[in-house]
Order: sequence, then C-alpha cells, then structure tokens
Amino acid sequence: MLTRRQFLKRMAGAAAVTAATALAPDITFARTFLAGGEAAPTAQDDIVWDKAPCRFCGVGCGLLIGVRNGRAVAVKGDPDSPVNKGLACVKGYHAILALYGQDRLTTAYVRRNGKLEPVPVQEALDIVAQNMKETIDQHGKDAVAIYGSGQWTIPDGYVAVKLFKGLIGTNNVEANARLCMASAVVGFLTAFGLDEPMGNYADIDHADVFILWGNNMAEMHPVLFSRMLEQRRLRPHVKIVDIATRTTRTSVAADKAILMAPQSDLALANAICYEIVRNGWVNEEFVRRHVAFKKGKTNIGYGLEDNFTFKDELTDIAFEEYVEYLQDYTPEKVSAMSGVPVEDIKFLAALYGDPNKKVTTFWCMGVNQHVRGTWMNNLIYNIHLLTGKISEPGNSPFSLTGQPSACGTVREVGTLTQRLPGGPVTSEKARKQAAEIWDVPVEQIPDTPTYHTVEMFRALDRGEIRFMWIQVTNPMVSLPKLRRYRDGALKDGRFIVVSDVYFTPTTDVADVILPSAMWIEREGFFGNSERRTQHWNKMVEPPGEAMSDSWQLIEVARRLGYEKWFPWSEEEHVRAVWEEYRQFHANPKHNMAPYEELKRRPGVMWPFVNGKETLWRYNAKYDPVAAEKSQDFYFYGKPDGKAWLIFRPYEPPAEVPDEEYPFWLSTGRVLEHWHTGSMTRRIPVLHRSMPHAYVELHPDDARELGIRHGDVVRVVSRRGEIVLPAAVNFRGLPARGMVFVPFFDETMLINEVTLDAFCPLSKEPDYKKCAVRVERVSS
Amino acid sequence: MPVKSYLVYPVAGKAAELARTLRAMPECELIPATNRHLFILITDTPNEQAEKALEQRLLGIESIQCLALVAAYRDEEEESC
Repeated sequence: MLTRRQFLKRMAGAAAVTAATALAPDITFARTFLAGGEAAPTAQDDIVWDKAPCRFCGVGCGLLIGVRNGRAVAVKGDPDSPVNKGLACVKGYHAILALYGQDRLTTAYVRRNGKLEPVPVQEALDIVAQNMKETIDQHGKDAVAIYGSGQWTIPDGYVAVKLFKGLIGTNNVEANARLCMASAVVGFLTAFGLDEPMGNYADIDHADVFILWGNNMAEMHPVLFSRMLEQRRLRPHVKIVDIATRTTRTSVAADKAILMAPQSDLALANAICYEIVRNGWVNEEFVRRHVAFKKGKTNIGYGLEDNFTFKDELTDIAFEEYVEYLQDYTPEKVSAMSGVPVEDIKFLAALYGDPNKKVTTFWCMGVNQHVRGTWMNNLIYNIHLLTGKISEPGNSPFSLTGQPSACGTVREVGTLTQRLPGGPVTSEKARKQAAEIWDVPVEQIPDTPTYHTVEMFRALDRGEIRFMWIQVTNPMVSLPKLRRYRDGALKDGRFIVVSDVYFTPTTDVADVILPSAMWIEREGFFGNSERRTQHWNKMVEPPGEAMSDSWQLIEVARRLGYEKWFPWSEEEHVRAVWEEYRQFHANPKHNMAPYEELKRRPGVMWPFVNGKETLWRYNAKYDPVAAEKSQDFYFYGKPDGKAWLIFRPYEPPAEVPDEEYPFWLSTGRVLEHWHTGSMTRRIPVLHRSMPHAYVELHPDDARELGIRHGDVVRVVSRRGEIVLPAAVNFRGLPARGMVFVPFFDETMLINEVTLDAFCPLSKEPDYKKCAVRVERVSS
Repeated sequence: MPVKSYLVYPVAGKAAELARTLRAMPECELIPATNRHLFILITDTPNEQAEKALEQRLLGIESIQCLALVAAYRDEEEESC
C-alpha cells in the first residue's frame, strides 16, 4: 500500500514525465525509482519499463524490460548500468522470449505408476514434504539433499541454506556452480583468504593488455568482449592476447592467438614466471612487502574413485626456493611440451613484466574446469603477484563467471556443502553467527562438509542419499559421465523433486515436478562476476500455478514445522530475506547495500562501506579496510596481511589420448545458447540459428578420417558414445588431434562421453580433457 | 516536508557524471530518460531548511546545464506529526 509520501512522490514524478513528454513526444524513461514495482506511464506509450539484470550469463548486464498488458514485450540495454552501458548480446535481447515457450510448466506433476500426472501445486508440495519427512525418519537427515544453481536468486539460495543447514541440520547443499566456478573460489581462498575478484569491469577501461586464458569471451561474455574491443579502438596501443587449445572467434579478434596443448597451461604459466624472474621484472618492493611464498602437496589424484578425499597442506618456502622450482619451466622445455613457440612464451612474459603496461587477465572455464583448476588459478595470481600488477585500475587478475548469480548466491550465500553465509561450516565462529541469526541451537548446524556435487550424485547412486530436490538446473544434461548418475537417480528407493520452468532430461527422472516462476515473474537479486548485486521487481505474473523457488522451499519448510523461521508473506519475503541475509556480511570486508539502495540503483558492488562501493579491494586508495593498515596494499584475507604466491607444478591430466581413443575431447558453449539450452532452445530465433550440437574437427583430421562437414559421426569414449553431425571449418577450429562438442543440446548429450575426474581441491570436474575416438557413420 | 520534481539537463558529455553526483545525494531520486540526455529528479527533504540547502547544492553542480522545477508538494500531514 502506498504511503501518502510515496503518493506525492509519484505525483511529482508523473508531472515531470508529462512535462518532458511535451518537450519530446517520443521520450521514454526507466521507472527505476518507483516502489512496489507498479507501473508508471511513460510518454505516449503503454509500455512500462523496469530494470533487471539479464537472466543468462555472469556478466550481469543491466536490461530494461518493457511490459505491456501484463506481458514482457521488449528489451533494451540499460544505459545507466555500469556493466554494459546500454549494450546487450543476442541472448540478452531475446531473454524475455524464454518466458513464453509453448511447453512452459504451469502446474505440478507427480509420477504415479511410472507416468507423470498433473496435480495442483499445493498437493505436490504436500507430497514433497511428506517424502522428505519420511526419508529423514527412516534414513537420517543426511539422506536428503538439495542441488541448486548459480541461477538461484539470492533469496532462493538463502532459504535453501537456512532450511537444510540451519533447520534440518544437514550439509547436503550443493549447486551447479561447483561445475563451473569452484576452482576460482578455492583459487581466491588459497591465495587471498577471501573469495571473488579484487577489481571490477572498469579494469577494462584502464588496461593496456588483456590476456585471455581458456576463455572464449567473444561468444561467452560478448558484452565485456565488446567493451575490450572498444577500448582497443579508442586506445590503439591496447593489445588482446588469446591463449587457448582451440581457435575461436575470440582468437580471430585478438591481436595474437596462442594455441597450447591441453593441460600445458600449468607449465606455460610457470614458464612466464621463470622469464619474469630471469629478466629482473619482479616488482621486488611489492613482493617483499605484500607476498608470502608457499607450496602445496603434489601428485594429488583425480577423484575418479568414490569417496575420494584430499586435503592440501601449504608450507612456507623462500623466494629462492621458489625460483629453484621454476628451473623446470624454461621456455625451451615448456615449448616442447606445450607446442607454444619459445618466442611466444617470452612475448607473454614481456607483456606481464613491462612495468609501463597495465595487464588484466580474464579467465573462465578453460582454467576452472580442469583437474588442476585451483592450481591454474593460483598460477595466474602468481604472475600478477610477482609483477605487482594487482588490485589497481587495469592491473587485475579477473575470474569471470558463467551464471547470473554464481557469485551472488552460490559463493556469497554459501550454497555449497562446505559453506555457510558467513564462512566455512568448519568454523565455529561461522556456525555461531548462523545459529544466532537463525535462532537455532549452534549444535544443530553440522560442522563437517558432506558431499560435493559429483560425490553427491555418487551418493544418490549408492543409496546414501534417498531424497534430492533439484532447483533451476539441469544435471541430467550437465553432469559428466552422465549415464552413471542418471541410472542412479532412477534406482528404486530414490525420490527426486525438480523445480523448473520447462520439461528437461532432469524432469524425466523426477518423481515430482514443481513449476517455477522465472526471473521477472518474481522479485529477486542476482550477484555478478564483479561483486555487483542487482535487484529487480516482479514485472509480470507467472503462468498458471508457477511459484518462485524460494516460496516453494518456504511452503515445504512450513509443512515440516518450520513456520516460525519463515514468518513472512509471499509478497514481502524477498525483502525480509535480504535484510536477514545482510546481517551475515555486516562488516567492512563484505557489507552489502540496503534493500532500498539496491532497488533504486542498477546494482551496487560490495563491500558497500559508508555509502560507497569498494571498487578495488586490498588497495588503500579504494578500500577502507586496507587503508586502516597500509598506505598502499593490504591483503587482509590472510592473517599475515599478505597475498600467498603458491608454487604449483605441472601434472598430467586424468586421461590422455592413446591408440584406441586418439583424440582429445573438449566441451563448451556457443554464443546462441546458454548452458543446457532449456531456455534458449525455446527462443525461436536462437534455436533456428543454432538448431543442434555438432562435433568440430580440424580439417586435416577430418580428411584423414574421410569425414566431411555435415556427415554423421560417432564420438566414443570409455564411458559412452553419441552420434551427431561433423562440423569442419564451421564455428571454431580445434587443434589437430582434438575435437570440440557444445553441450547445449539435450538430444545429443556429450556428457554421456565425458569423464568425472575433478580437481582434488575444488572438486570441479574437467570437461575439457578426455580421450575419444571419432567414427564416420554416414554422409 | 517538501517533495519536488525537476527536469534536469546535463552539460554535454557530462550525463554520466551528473547521474553519479545526483544518485550520491540521499534526498534525490533520479529517473533517466532512456533515449535522451534528460533526467527527472525527485527530491524529498524533511523540512524547508533542508530543502533550501539542497537547492543550493543542486545549483552548484557544474554538470547541470539547466534545472527546471516542475512540481512541488508540501506534506503537511506528516509535518504535523
């Protein structure tokens, strides 16, 4: 209900709109100031515009959504958003069409006698709660699990953590960000003690050199890529270097593209450090004052066996010892194993080492989805730490994300088995904080992590987990070595609940399907790659009985007897959750902006201290926490106030090509589709432009195999096989001996073939390296 | 307890700077036009004295080319509480 004062402000705003329209009849306004998400007439149009972050990737572009007669009808980039400055990519411009697929779920379904039957949502929620309760009674609280997503809004993830960790008392909470960002998280935590980048996208406006590692930004983060290209246009000395295992659109647009053998990135990064040391390019003053040298365990395994465990131990080393380790990584030795010419290794080192060049490194899945993903993150930090190029405008090691709230929800709320919103579950301080905010006994919050994602699905297969609730993700397309986990989910005695907006291969294994309200059909928050939290209003009604994921969880929590902990109405719960959640981060290292601030602005970066965003963390010029301790830098995430440079060696991948399986397989995404394609394949223009998956081959390999573009081929590994069309000289160009398959197509599931090896530190699977053979089937 | 609305024209090339300046003022709410360099500014101050002080601050912002008052209300009901 409007207060009198809100009414007066609305009147004042409406008068101004009228006046502006008289001056410029076609003028339109973003109505970001209005409370309650109610419509304000704009100019002479009946389209009402409101702000929302894009639904798709982790860049977090600000969009303006136009709504007419209760339906989203238009999208434009928000010129006020510092992220995209009015730009959007092809997925963003078509984002609203994902709301209106013909087979949108509008009611719940329950599987009876093997068939899904539509039922009212309230009845389905009763069944979910009943099965959850029975499972806990019969098998214990660790027999129930929730598997969410970096597409969960912040309130969704927060409610899930509170319900499962705080009230039920199990750490069986995971999210699909384990599959894409976990190595970045552990990389940050090991090097700096705190998660998420120190810089922000404004680094793009300051850097002289961009080094892209395993990161096809032209297709995966096109708006940021456009911003880089624009900087190169405006400042012609700016250079872009692409380091990859495959030639992509990014490679073509770069000033220099460097191809390396899979897994050799570990050696290449060390070779760059070797050259930096050898040439005297170490920023000695910075290193002496701000860097501690460490090393960790080696020969750490690949997690291929069930119940795999690993715990790293970091020990101090001297700078001289570190330099000794680098002697194994001369450019000549690394060139021989990586295929990167010696002069290119020296060129990269010279770019990083030039004290007059500001260098920003961007990386994404090529580095993170890696059996040594944490190590690769550490090694990139090592380069920036040796040269002191960190935490200031343009000098920035910057890990990008793939999902709109991988940071905001999974990493900041802590929807992973080992996390709570305020710290790890192993921390008594974090558990006490959670117990106090949630008003539960501290002993109710378990102090030991249970299952990371791969192991959680193995536990489902083994029968240790009996009930799993999957929200806003599609693991029956995205998990590696898929057949084992699909078969496990289908075993007797398993109960699977899936909350989604469309039928998917994951709903195929569901016992109950709950229809979810999507994106602007409910109020929410996302947090993007640069620590920016963005709020949006509910703009349109969800179809049928669809309900937000957070409200589904609250409905079930109430049925389990936890109403006291979720006392809010559906309309007010997002705001209430935000204010409760903010308490976890109420300190100058992570303070989040108040609700009203987020509601009126196109996103606010944390730490939000004294009404200001902290643009570059650990730098006293920008970060008040650092300024308390130092005149320049202070890495306050570690007890010694230093960043940790951790030596990590080269180790081979879990599987390499051999005579039987002679090709490397790498998987990934394409511009037109987002992740498993459940939304973008329902957007006609995107589906038409990229209607199905394909296997991309080098032309010489194709010729040797007698394969031509469009031929039907079989890709076979030790785990399984799929049949799909060959692509030669199509979107990308793999190196010889390598094939690439995008994973968006549920009709051609490449994860039948992939391997479930993971980084022993982060537990993130390696989707970029396994061995396959390719056979021609027909033309 | 005045509530006022203005049309605000930025100096050429200073629209982003002006938006940042106004958004940093807690009494101000800004509604940018999406296809023109023009803002609607709504101000909300607790009393006449604060209103006058805000007005002086607005007039001192160099990135404003023109500030045109459109509407003004006094919230007497709340003021008397």
